[in-house]
Order: sequence, then C-alpha cells, then structure tokens
Amino acid sequence: MIPANFDYHKATSLEEAIALSQELGDEAKYMSGGHSLLPMMKLRFATPEHIIDISKIEGLSYIKEDGDILKIGAMTTQSEIEHDPLLKSNYPIFGDAVWLTADPAVRNFGTIGGNIAHGDAANDQPALMLALRATIIAEGVDGEKAIPIDDFFHGFYMTALEPGDILTEIQIPKAKANSGGAYHKVERKVGDYATAGVAVHIELDGDGVCQEIGIGLTNVSAVPMRLERGEEVLRGHKVTDALIAQVGQIASEDCEPESDLRGSEAYKRSIVNTITKRMLNKALERARN
Amino acid sequence: MAKHNITMTINGESVSAEVDSRLLLVHFIRENLDMTGTHIGCDTSSCGACTILIDGKSVKSCTYLAVRADGANITTIEGIAADGTNHPLQKAFHDQHGLHCGFCTPGMIMRSIDLLETNPNPTEEEIRWGISGNLCRCTGYNNIVKSVQQAAEEMSKEKEATV
Repeated sequence: MIPANFDYHKATSLEEAIALSQELGDEAKYMSGGHSLLPMMKLRFATPEHIIDISKIEGLSYIKEDGDILKIGAMTTQSEIEHDPLLKSNYPIFGDAVWLTADPAVRNFGTIGGNIAHGDAANDQPALMLALRATIIAEGVDGEKAIPIDDFFHGFYMTALEPGDILTEIQIPKAKANSGGAYHKVERKVGDYATAGVAVHIELDGDGVCQEIGIGLTNVSAVPMRLERGEEVLRGHKVTDALIAQVGQIASEDCEPESDLRGSEAYKRSIVNTITKRMLNKALERARN
Repeated sequence: MAKHNITMTINGESVSAEVDSRLLLVHFIRENLDMTGTHIGCDTSSCGACTILIDGKSVKSCTYLAVRADGANITTIEGIAADGTNHPLQKAFHDQHGLHCGFCTPGMIMRSIDLLETNPNPTEEEIRWGISGNLCRCTGYNNIVKSVQQAAEEMSKEKEATV
C-alpha cells in the first residue's frame, strides 16, 4: 500500500512550518512521527496534498518540571516517555499507558504531541490528558495559545487546533504529595487500539479525602471522554468501596460505545465498569504510598 | 508531484537517489537498492517484517517515508555481519533454530538489536514484550526467545572482554 500522491516539505523551525502551512492551505497536514497519519494515508482515509514534516524541528523534545508544572515537549517520543526517570518515579500513569501503546518500534518514532493532535478517541494519551487536567500549548499564525484540555477535542479527528497551529507542549499540574494516577486498556492483541480504556488521577488530603479527581475514557465515544458525573461522586469525599462501585456503574452508563469488531456495546460498557473500578483502586494505592 | 534528492548512509555506504514524496522507505530499500532482506508483511505497521534501524533505533520501514530518511544512518539485515562473521543474533537464531520459514527473521533480528542495546540483560518477559511488535506466523516464539537470550549472553561477554 502506497499513499496517494502528495508533495513533501521539510520544516526546520516552527516559523517555517507555520508559514508553509499558511502558503499551502487546507490541503496541508503536519507530520511528526507519522505513525498514525501514514497508515491512514496508505488506506486513503487521509489524502493530504501536502505533508509538512515537522520532525526535524529542534527543541520540542523534553520532559521537565518547571515550578508547579510538568512540561512535556510535543515531539517527545513515546519511547522517551517510557524510559524517562522523572515520569517513572512521579507520574507512573504514563508508564501504564505507553506500555500499552502500539509496540516498541512504533514507540521509537510516535510522539506524544502527534498522539493528542491526531484527535483520535482511540489513542491513549487523550484520556491521560483529561484525567491529569492538561493544558495544550500550540503555536500558530497569531502566536502562542493555551487550550484547556476540556476545550480541545471537538469531534471525530477534530481538535481545537486551527489551520497552521502546531501543538508544541503539554502542561500538567506537578504531581502533589498523596496523588496518584493509573491507566489500563483492554486490547484484543498487543499493539491494538483499545476496546476500552480508563485513565484515573486522584489527589487526597492527609485524611484520605479526595481533593481532586480526573477520569478519562478511551475509545468509548466519538471523542476522548471525561467522566464528570463520576468525578463529582468522589470529589470532597472519603473514597470507599461503595463509592468506587458507584463510579464504575456511572462510567458504564455515561460512556457511548458502539458495537464493532472489538466487541458489543454491552461488553464495552461492562469492561468500562470493571476497569474504572480497578484504576480507581490502583490510583488510590499509588496516592497512599 | 515534486521529486526529492536524498542521501543517506545504508550499512556504512552512502547512497543518493531521486525519489517521489510518497515512496516508502521499505520500497526504497528493496526496489531501488535491491536489498531484499527487509521484508514486507502486513504493510500496516503490525507485523514488523520490515523493521530496520534508523540512527540505531528500530522502526517499521513500511511506515516511514524514504524522503524523511534524508541524512539518516540506516542499518538493514544485510549490514550486521562483520567481515563475513555473523552477528551474535544471527548466530543465535541459527544455533537455537529461531527461524522456521524465516520470513519474520530479519525484522526479529533488527528489533532485537535495538532491544539488547537498550536492555542488555532482558528477562524472558522483557524479551517477549520487546518483540511484541514482530509477528511470527509459524508461531515459533519459544525458539526466538531462546535465540535472543543466547545473543544477550554472548554480547554481554563480548562487551566485558572489550572493557
């Protein structure tokens, strides 16, 4: 399978990439790792007339804490995220997710920014971003903009990024004491997209009362989905098994899965219930340690 | 559609060519350079038969544009034996009968080189996970795992000897 004809353009700076995008118009697509876009182009699900390669732009690959914020450069590869010591020790939710994302060779080139900017509800990082209350930083024609994650996903492969915008950085509140996150997805085989996945991030106070909670769901609706009704059940309360069971039930009710090759709607609702409870327990365990 | 002049190093030799934007790296390697050890299996980034190394990192070359590899340092299965001596992984796949029909073998070996580079002493589980993006439809995984284990030991010894 070979993609339809297109013209390839290499950008070496953000300014150059944005200018190219302006010049080439709607039929131009940015490509960083290319591991989501190229397969779509081979299958003719996408037929851009121009590809602007942004993978050679330097300075967009980093993971660092800056004040109260964890900053991840958009061009950081999944493999770099998997092996980063800071994420390993303080943000284990990333390890959970990357371990289940595609396979090692794909993770060598697939980037976190691409995973989010692609706008696919089946990708894993969007659920983490929702749970972790991320802010997406993009550079565009009118300069830099910060987009709260709740405003980012608009529809099927649609995001808040406007023509010319390049996702440059992901900002996440720095991990607090007594906080923890966890992610799991059910997949048919290694490297598959999720049948369903759940990301949880929880912050407790000294008495074990839930101060803040984020829950994101993968591939059970047209867009990556935040489980707000479930979060409200826990926020401000001591987390009990009964409340966890209630949130699992809410997750199975509020998600909007469709029956497909990966399973029936009922099956997906059932596993969302189960993984939500498991990830709440896992995140709690991490928050307490 | 525009053509692009690219130059890259493949197995230590510099090659230049004029390519279409849409040419995939796997086709460039097989058809332009006649190196057919890199195989095309699923063509959807699932099976890993087309795995090669770009600047030392394993990549599925069916999901990489040839034009993007301009300036890259590429290694294929043809480039890993040194002066007629098989790479420890090639030797181990032979010793342990790590290949059945052999179709997946080049990809398995290229992926394993990267795996052992980042994790020189992997556990059995880490090996199985490490090659999880490479499929063998003869289902001969046990011997493949043994091959990688043997190569890991041998390469560790080699490393110690040179230190």
